[in-house]
Amino acid sequence: MGTPLLEVSGIDKSFRGLQAVARVSFSVEPGHIVALIGPNGAGKTTCFNMIAGTLAPDAGEVRFAGQRIDGLRADRICAAGIGRTFQLVKPFGGLSVLDNVTVGALNREANVPSARRRALGILERLGLADKRRQPAASLTLPDRKRLEVARALATEPRLLLLDEVMAGLRPTETDQMIGFFRKLNEETGLTILLIEHVMRAVMALSREIHVLHHGELIASGSPEEIARHPAVLASYLGEEAL
Amino acid sequence: MTRSPVALLAALAALLLVLPLFAGSYALSVATLILYFAYTGQAWNVMTGFAGQLSLGHSLYVGVGAYAAGALFYHYGIGPWAGLWIAILLCVLMGLIIGFLAFRFGISGVYFALLTIAFAEFTRIGFDHLDWLGGPGGMFLKVAQRDQIDLANFRGPPVMYYYTMLAFAGGALALCAWLLRSRAGYYWRAIREDEEAARSLGINAFRWKMLAVAISSAMTAVSGVFFAFYYNNLFPEQIFSINRSIELILGPVIGGLGTLFGPILGAAVLTLLSDGLTDLLAALGWEIPGIKQVFYGVVLLLVVMFLPNGIWPALAKRLGIREAEDR
Repeated sequence: MGTPLLEVSGIDKSFRGLQAVARVSFSVEPGHIVALIGPNGAGKTTCFNMIAGTLAPDAGEVRFAGQRIDGLRADRICAAGIGRTFQLVKPFGGLSVLDNVTVGALNREANVPSARRRALGILERLGLADKRRQPAASLTLPDRKRLEVARALATEPRLLLLDEVMAGLRPTETDQMIGFFRKLNEETGLTILLIEHVMRAVMALSREIHVLHHGELIASGSPEEIARHPAVLASYLGEEAL
Repeated sequence: MTRSPVALLAALAALLLVLPLFAGSYALSVATLILYFAYTGQAWNVMTGFAGQLSLGHSLYVGVGAYAAGALFYHYGIGPWAGLWIAILLCVLMGLIIGFLAFRFGISGVYFALLTIAFAEFTRIGFDHLDWLGGPGGMFLKVAQRDQIDLANFRGPPVMYYYTMLAFAGGALALCAWLLRSRAGYYWRAIREDEEAARSLGINAFRWKMLAVAISSAMTAVSGVFFAFYYNNLFPEQIFSINRSIELILGPVIGGLGTLFGPILGAAVLTLLSDGLTDLLAALGWEIPGIKQVFYGVVLLLVVMFLPNGIWPALAKRLGIREAEDR
């Protein structure tokens, strides 16, 4: 393995004495799809927020492409090449679907017309082009999840953080999403780190899985290893999950 | 069917350009007032309608702008076109101080609105104690002959003020239309809708909010300069009063917050209706103090109840006009 694109080492985060994340370390190789799983409250989103700049870790380091990024503002981290989606979707409700994605595209494009062109291209790939004129507030939840992905992709990230984008989708929609990310990863080599509860998606997409429990990393490995890991079965998947 | 607003705008511009040919002096003063509120509403709309930062203290910029240009003229005979730049500079400085305090320390929403009110209020109290500016007794600019146009000192007949305000209102509309379609417009609306999501898309929210405040306060400074030379008397109690702040935001709120034509339509509707009401009551021989405020309240209530996005979005939909570019 070469140098990791993302390297998280020993990050800690407490909220008013409650340890949300404790000494978590893992890394993501370029071009890989990696999953972060665990029960609710395990600290997955807190980890994401520390990588994406929403929160600064109390201790530890986050490195992206060799550079330290922990404690940087969210907009600087986006500019560095990390795109993210939000678990609780945050569309710009009053703006059209196309305008939502154009905002993201402006992160790299020099002017509005070229940003709009590229935004439209991304909407086409995600099957949202027909709805480009609708206000984002009028979209259904699955479409809002797609919009989150489209907007994050428009910033042209080298690493994409997906926070439960499959939650609430029907099985066929989940399969479409899985297909989309697999294709995206194969064609562009985009590195993806995802938080997901839909185990079918996790198993289908991930090359490595890291498992969090009570803020601590309890297991890391391939999907096959994780599916048989006794601590993971006990704390999260359950004996007969797979 | 979607139509471009250009045809509507051209018709409106033509009408306003020839209006003084057949309008009487009263009608012209009402039209000037409408343009004044349209312009000032447009200025406020940049900060609150576009960027989502609720200012309830815009009378601060009207007042500082008016007093800056007024004092330069009063004490040193410096004309308003030079004074304008000092007024803009001072207002932008005030705006940036408020913006820095708020955005640096994460003050937003109603707390930000309270901060804007506080600044307007303590400026009012401060001006009451500035004898150089007339204090509570006010400052009066010399009114020269009204029939000759002296553009350099901005003294002249009502028609001069009308065309000046028309030019400013037209310029503000063009500027706002351009801003809304630029990177700034996209970023401001993103920040307005969800600041955290905007940050995650690479937007430096602090910087873009500061830009909105700077542009809005600079534009409002111009309103103040016009106010000083149109009314020729300035009192801290009046110009910095919160009523002034409320009055100037009603147009864009009723017309359509964050839209381009909302401030214009709102200013026209409110001014025409309230003047019409005043005339009607005068004709009936009823003198009711405060009726204008009651009337504003009722219109605001009705619009909020039946047209929560303002009059213009509903009207534009009916006329088949789209403001935003769309493909």
